[in-house]
Amino acid sequence: MQAAGSSFKSRAGAALADATLKSAIDRTAGNAETKRAAAVGEFPQFDEARKLGRRIKDHVIVHLEHYLIEFERNALRSGAKVHWARTSEEASRIVVEICRSAGAKRVTRSKSMLGEEIGLPHALEAAGIERVETDLAEHIVQLAGETPSHIVWPAMHKTREQVASLFNEKHASPPASESIPDLVHSARQDLRQKFLTADVGISGANFLIADTGAVCTVTNEGNAELTTTPPRIHIVTAGIEKLVPSIDHAFALLRLLVRSATGGDFTQYTTFHCGPKRPGDADGPEEFHIVLVDNGRTRMLAEGLAAMLRCIRCGACMNHCVVYRQIGGHAYGATYPGPMGSVLTPAIDGLANSRDLPNACTLNGKCAEVCPVEIPLPTLLRGWRDRSWKEGLEPLTVRTGIGIWAYFARHPFFYRLATAVAVHWMRLFRKGGWIAWMPLAGGWTQHRDFPAPQRATFIAAYKAMRKGAPNDNGT
Amino acid sequence: MTSTDTIAQPTIERPRVGLFVTCLVDVVRPSIGFAAVKLLEASGCDVVVPAGQTCCGQPAYNSGDRADARAIAVQTIEAFDGCDYVVAPSGSCAGMLKSHYPRLFEDEPAAQARAHAFAGRVHELVSFLVDVRGWREIPPELQTGQPMRITYHDSCSGLRELGIKDQPRQLLTSINGLELVEMADSEICCGFGGTFSVKFPDISNAMVEKKTDNIAATEPLLVLAGDLGCLMNMAGKLSRQGRPIAARHVAEVLAGETTTPALLAPTDPARRD
Ligand code: SF4
Repeated sequence: MQAAGSSFKSRAGAALADATLKSAIDRTAGNAETKRAAAVGEFPQFDEARKLGRRIKDHVIVHLEHYLIEFERNALRSGAKVHWARTSEEASRIVVEICRSAGAKRVTRSKSMLGEEIGLPHALEAAGIERVETDLAEHIVQLAGETPSHIVWPAMHKTREQVASLFNEKHASPPASESIPDLVHSARQDLRQKFLTADVGISGANFLIADTGAVCTVTNEGNAELTTTPPRIHIVTAGIEKLVPSIDHAFALLRLLVRSATGGDFTQYTTFHCGPKRPGDADGPEEFHIVLVDNGRTRMLAEGLAAMLRCIRCGACMNHCVVYRQIGGHAYGATYPGPMGSVLTPAIDGLANSRDLPNACTLNGKCAEVCPVEIPLPTLLRGWRDRSWKEGLEPLTVRTGIGIWAYFARHPFFYRLATAVAVHWMRLFRKGGWIAWMPLAGGWTQHRDFPAPQRATFIAAYKAMRKGAPNDNGT
Repeated sequence: MTSTDTIAQPTIERPRVGLFVTCLVDVVRPSIGFAAVKLLEASGCDVVVPAGQTCCGQPAYNSGDRADARAIAVQTIEAFDGCDYVVAPSGSCAGMLKSHYPRLFEDEPAAQARAHAFAGRVHELVSFLVDVRGWREIPPELQTGQPMRITYHDSCSGLRELGIKDQPRQLLTSINGLELVEMADSEICCGFGGTFSVKFPDISNAMVEKKTDNIAATEPLLVLAGDLGCLMNMAGKLSRQGRPIAARHVAEVLAGETTTPALLAPTDPARRD
């Protein structure tokens, strides 16, 4: 959790006031948006691919138990050790215990949102184990003492200039300039040695392949390979929804994932890890652990959020979300930001702690339009609003306001009287056709004018007109 | 849903159309309702305005208050009994009636069947003219010949729930003297979102500021949209910014009803009504 204690609104307010943040987000997310559009444009079967992707995920979710058992059986056969974790605490405890029993002092980690979800960075720190983030953006986030603000670009909130000054301050060999190659070079100098001396490498998984027990990771920097190959022990932490029946299914989903995330045709590095090093292998870990994490996922399945388990973490929904683009990822105060985060966070952290998130959306539907596995995000957000209302979590002001309004809306006769009064009353505040201020309308008028109503309601004017009276609809 | 491939044939000779006015048009800008009546009559429909209608129920529905939303839905469906079609000058309200009413009754098969049957008769005004009444252009008797440079904002619900994109453009560009200049990101939400605009005023404001910048960049005289909610948001911001760009509902321009003052920042701020 980010900035515990502060509210969504105050975090969002701070973000809105930060012009640098705004331009940082616009650069990266804008770029991703353009590239995705081009990639989808060049892939005429994109819609069919989406349907297929959705079908694959739905199939696995319906038969989750079957594929989990199959995956475990095959992973064990490959020599991996499989651990099951119900909660985030259990998951990070398992990881820390494996590190401890191996006497690990230093672990490398390649970017994994699940690792963030289960609080792994914190758990490792609490256990006194040095954590080295090998993904460039995660490295930036770690140096800055922050959390990721985007699920694909964890450091989206930082401009290149800010990264350069951070590296200047923290790296033993500071960058020669603010250019990207110099920044990368500086990070590489800092990280390479640590890559090679780590005891344990921890990664996430993009797919768990049921029929082989293999784990698939994709990166653009090759850091997952460096994280998982040199150390003696490789630990994978993965949500149970990452399962696919076979490698073919993984490829079908990869086609969607990469185009939706970065607009590329394929990731630079796509690796399948299957079990520990075998006799005769040139490299590979001696121990290979897979931690399968539930952390609310089976509950989501039972509570009408099965569609959300299709998510392949491409980030397209946040890149295209107008709200995310204005406030960035940290304002959401949770592991997962943006539309998918606003659906997931109440399931993970509890609705009472996050009821603002499903409300902070205009339900414009852009996210669902771009989601590569057709998750109906606005519908799921509305589902949380229903729950919040039912459980009495909405503030009294909202409940009362909606309650009074609904009374009138349900009684057309009184509604006509009320609207007539409202028109009259609002017109008292008009000036030049606009209302710049009126009681109870501060939410609107603090930023914009409200059009003064024309003389009578439509229903009244129409009735009068039909009776032969003059059409009284002017201002 | 594009309108160019097949010519829709009006199936009923002179259909009885119930106008769902929408609560915002009813209270804030009735001239849009009159423009809608004029367009519907010009397209050969008999128009009725059932007195049992109030609001489509979105404020309740989108706040999670399904019980009130359901009651309002039942009332609306009843009010339009006997209409061949139900037409609303709003993609958002038409979307509510068409796509969301059936979802309100997931546990009540009989009510849901009614909601589905109702939904099948619901249309947004401009798409109704094009897709159902087969209009390809604005008839000469509605044309004023007044020169206009306009830009058009695609309201989200109409665009994504009902597929309204080409229909308004097709009719608008058939108007003599009208020049349509597309703004950047016309499909991006203006930040209205109903209660969102007052629940999260600062985020909404940041969104509408971006929208008014995109509008202003096309140097239009007039910005149009198919939803009064979005128009109030955009025009209200333009007015606060003192930008001399007028706003109207697309129905007003299509009907040639441009004598009613547009939503426009007063040139003289001291002007009184
Ligand atoms: S919800 Fe859809 S668009 Fe968003 S991250 Fe998941 S798969 Fe991608």
